[in-house]
Amino acid sequence: MMNKTIVKPILFYLFASVLAFFILIPFFWMISTSLKGYGALMSIPIQWIPETISFKSFAQIFAIFPFARAIFNSAFVSILSTTITILSASMAAYVFAKIKFRAREKLFLVVLATMMIPGQVTVIPIFLVLKKLGLINTFTGLIAPTIFNAFAIFMLRQYIKDIPDDFINAAVMDGASYFRIFRSVIMPLSVPIIMTLGVITFMGAWNDYFWPLIILSDKTKMTLSLALSQLNGQYVSKYNILMAGSLLSMIPIIVIYIFAQKYFTSGLQLGGIKG
Amino acid sequence: MQSELQRDKLKTIMFFLFPSILGLLLFSIIPIIASFLLSLSKWDGLTRWNFKAGVPNIVGFGNFKEILTDAEFWKVLGHTLYFIVLYIPLILFSSLLVANLLNNDFKGIVAYRVFYFLPVLTSWVAGALVWKWVLSPLYGPLNEMLRFIGIKGPGWLQDAAWAMPGIVLASIWKDMGFFGLIFLGALQGINIEYIEAAKIDGATWWQRLMKITLPIISPAIFFVVVICIINSFQLFPQIMIMTEGGSAGPHGATQVMVERIYKYAFKYFKMGYAAAYSWLLFVIIFGFTTLQMKLQKKWVHYDE
Repeated sequence: MMNKTIVKPILFYLFASVLAFFILIPFFWMISTSLKGYGALMSIPIQWIPETISFKSFAQIFAIFPFARAIFNSAFVSILSTTITILSASMAAYVFAKIKFRAREKLFLVVLATMMIPGQVTVIPIFLVLKKLGLINTFTGLIAPTIFNAFAIFMLRQYIKDIPDDFINAAVMDGASYFRIFRSVIMPLSVPIIMTLGVITFMGAWNDYFWPLIILSDKTKMTLSLALSQLNGQYVSKYNILMAGSLLSMIPIIVIYIFAQKYFTSGLQLGGIKG
Repeated sequence: MQSELQRDKLKTIMFFLFPSILGLLLFSIIPIIASFLLSLSKWDGLTRWNFKAGVPNIVGFGNFKEILTDAEFWKVLGHTLYFIVLYIPLILFSSLLVANLLNNDFKGIVAYRVFYFLPVLTSWVAGALVWKWVLSPLYGPLNEMLRFIGIKGPGWLQDAAWAMPGIVLASIWKDMGFFGLIFLGALQGINIEYIEAAKIDGATWWQRLMKITLPIISPAIFFVVVICIINSFQLFPQIMIMTEGGSAGPHGATQVMVERIYKYAFKYFKMGYAAAYSWLLFVIIFGFTTLQMKLQKKWVHYDE
């Protein structure tokens, strides 16, 4: 018996550490590379730890590309997309969950059915229409499609449905309008799901690549992911600069993760359902 | 009074649904119909419509026929299937390992959770950039470690035979924390009494795994496999970042469907052709998912 209580932790730490080692190597390599000079990149054997540490790459990336602008763009676009998605989806979810009308269930089914169609099918017509409207290479064009999010509507509706009608009826007794009920009953009670969806929507927008790649071509409008891919094309072998940029692009998400861990966990477990 | 309330209700419904319905029409339903019509034509997306001059040129199912008779399509499909064959067993193994490790309460478990989770937080662009560098044949740490144990590592992304396995490695790294989290949820739902009872009955570790744990979490496994296959058909950022610079890998070894759709639409301006391609993607994903739904009855156990 004694034997067993020792063996189990040893096995755990052994396996857990080996796995962590392999997962962390790329991050270690990212940090190590970002602190190297260009010459130190191509040394054999490789320098696991830079012989001379230099922060030049971090300065360079702001010199060769409007990188500060890209950080701002990513923050702006992600915050706005998240706000629009959550607001629009919770408004619709409130109706689908709590206000009865004819054809409601049919309409909701249509909303759900759109989730089956992969984004690649709709991307071409959306692009062509936005181009006709002169919205290519604008934040409006980038953000506009976030106004409809079937997954967010579905999740919020499931949650709002479980809010007891007694709360709503009590508000109705007090003479509250639909708007008051939405603002003072539904929204406050839905904070956990809103936070959860907010965190994953924000992360999705921050890390998105496909849509910005199609919509944006102007350097000063690019988001971080797109900026990095652009730099990848231009500075193919300058990994010290590319890694410095990658590292910088990760910081905000990691900071949010630290402060909102539980919403990330619940969000990603939900996110699995979306696929 | 009653009708005023009704009117008020109708206005409210219209107001609250307006943003989503507008978006549903503009960014989903109309584009779906337009995409289908587009797939029946040849159009560069630029030339002004003039049906007399044959712009866009209506070709019926010509695009579909052209794609399906082009050897490239089957090659591209083969690349995806190759990815799936490598990726699915590895992702199941590694994410179940992650889940089993995290389903403990040893000291320091929080740190491990953060470590396993870091790749999930990383954007695909940053992740793919670092992997491109990790897989560098001469200057990357992976081949350096292989050299250390006496193996000469392959050229990875520069080698047609090894480019896709390289993409698979990066994808496993990126995704295992995420699917690990889903399996962790399933493992935490197992009633510990089942395991204890089996132990008392003298069941070995292997028997407990095969007869209790795996059947109980089989719905989660099914779910993960379905999601993984859908995602596999939609590979994109890792392909574009890691093996771009030409035509997606040496001899196009990592060309996949979404990468093709992107190129046909936005590089070669063959909008109709690309739209048809995207509908084939839908049909394939839909077919695979339906097939799995049918097959699940044979191996997935649901609680009554």
